[in-house]
Amino acid sequence: MQHGKYRFIVGFLAVPLGLYALFVVWPFIQSIYYSFTDWTGLSPEFKMVGLDNYQRMLHDDIFWKSLQHSLLFALVLPVVTISLALFFAFMINVGGRRRRGGPAIRGVRGSSFYKIVYFFPQVLSIAIVALLFQFAYNPDSGAVNSILRGIGLDHVQPLWLGDPSLALWCVMAVLVWSTVGFFVVLFSAGMASIPAELYEAALIDGASRFTTFFRITLPLLWDTVQSGWVYMGILALGAESFAVVQIMTTGPGGPDYSTTVLVLYVYQKAFRDGQAAYATTIGVALLVVTLAFAAIVMRLGRRERLEF
Amino acid sequence: MKTTETPAPPPAEPGASVSKTRAPAPGPAPHKREGGVLNVFSHGVLIIWAIMVVMPLLWAVMTSFKNDSSIFGSPWALPDRLHFENWARAWTDANMSGYFLNTVLVVGGSLVGTLVLGSMAAYVLARFDFPGNRFIYYLFIGGMSFPIMLALVPLFYVVNNMGLLNTIHGLILVYIAYSLPFTVFFLTAFFRTLPTSVAEAAFVDGASHTRTFFQIMLPMAKPGLISVGIFNFLGQWNQYMLPTVLNTDPDKKVLTQGLVQLAVSQGYKGDWSGLFAGLVMAMLPVLGAYIVFQRQVVQGLTAGALK
Repeated sequence: MQHGKYRFIVGFLAVPLGLYALFVVWPFIQSIYYSFTDWTGLSPEFKMVGLDNYQRMLHDDIFWKSLQHSLLFALVLPVVTISLALFFAFMINVGGRRRRGGPAIRGVRGSSFYKIVYFFPQVLSIAIVALLFQFAYNPDSGAVNSILRGIGLDHVQPLWLGDPSLALWCVMAVLVWSTVGFFVVLFSAGMASIPAELYEAALIDGASRFTTFFRITLPLLWDTVQSGWVYMGILALGAESFAVVQIMTTGPGGPDYSTTVLVLYVYQKAFRDGQAAYATTIGVALLVVTLAFAAIVMRLGRRERLEF
Repeated sequence: MKTTETPAPPPAEPGASVSKTRAPAPGPAPHKREGGVLNVFSHGVLIIWAIMVVMPLLWAVMTSFKNDSSIFGSPWALPDRLHFENWARAWTDANMSGYFLNTVLVVGGSLVGTLVLGSMAAYVLARFDFPGNRFIYYLFIGGMSFPIMLALVPLFYVVNNMGLLNTIHGLILVYIAYSLPFTVFFLTAFFRTLPTSVAEAAFVDGASHTRTFFQIMLPMAKPGLISVGIFNFLGQWNQYMLPTVLNTDPDKKVLTQGLVQLAVSQGYKGDWSGLFAGLVMAMLPVLGAYIVFQRQVVQGLTAGALK
């Protein structure tokens, strides 16, 4: 396999690697460099300003608010989404009635129906989902408040996205709604590969479903849960939170900066305020948060691998 | 998932076989009651979530057939009649047809490019030893965990300087570049699982490396290409952040941007029914395709995370 090997390798790698280097790697390197300059993005001139942008960032209240919200996204969203998904997946796969003479563990009836339906939001664009819920949350004519009126709660008519203390939770709820299904399907696939004998043994030993879940299902599923956790956290810090906050909230990021997140703040500084250098500085902070999050989850979650 | 065979705990063996052959003796009563309660409970919870998923979608479909006054007056009432004119208005006046066309062009081009370039890079990285192999591999993989927004600030100016801003082909190139990390990651793992003997035989018979790749390896990698192709298709079709930054020309907008644009402008014009028609129009093809190709879509989207 030696003949013309290097020519082939270079020929095959040149285009993909070149494209990747030009549009992905090079901008990343540039943006770290720009964070030490006073570049506006509007004119090609700029000069080095050392750590000025970083100093400014530390005294920027909106940056701290955005950081706080981004951290909240990265902590709350994976916990809620993954817990719900584990619960649903366990119900779907193991919650079924035990029949005489049937297998000891079985899924509920219609389990494939649930999996199909739960997955719906995953195939829709987050932008479409965000638009849809923006209308559903509309205080006067939205679906949510109209349901509340319908069940007699006329006096409970929150402003939802217009209320600074509720807006962030409304946005998070939309992300939970749209991602739970993916994890249900992911965990279901993992649960299906756990040998049935393990469940049967546990049931014969008198274990309840509750014990079964925490002693058998969760430990054997741990690798999948962990990588799902990192995946969800990266989404919650990056692209998904950008779309929902930018589309759904007033401002965007409002009311009164109650929903602003780092990724949105980078976008606004660069493309609205003409402060490209400062935007890249906040972007570097976002990069640090993302990498730290991934490292912490991988570290905390490290356990002895269970083989089965 | 680990598949190493470990012997099942001893009590499982007799128990398992008994329960499969005859009605099992060991303690059926308590389990049965617990199972029954759990069954009702689990069905209840599962149905509630299913309703929570489907309701907003049905609400959108219903609203798209209503006129503006009933959208605001009674959000949950059925439409008085099916206002198909909403759909017509959205398709022509609100330029949904244009957004659809742009999206099809961008996604079509990017998907083909991603699969061709991604599989070429992945094949070389999976099958050939050369200095720098590991480095290039991790360079690609690293792109999966970096926040894209950080790169987008300079990228805007890189693309602008190349005269590619607000062009369909510029957007295609950027989509390909940002789809490569996952594609290379996934296909490298896939090419490693394919047997080497077939390619070696072809090579001995005088086929070149290039010919071996296109005629032998790519057909063998078809299942992997389908999975990663579905993953990329949905990701690129639903992409919002990249076009928002790099594609601001109203005529070049893709579907997601177009709808957001429409939502903003409807705030002044007040054509909410048209907007809902547009939303449903954008939702239905993907949902329909998902229901038809359900198994492949689920495999494609979850395959990466399970590796």
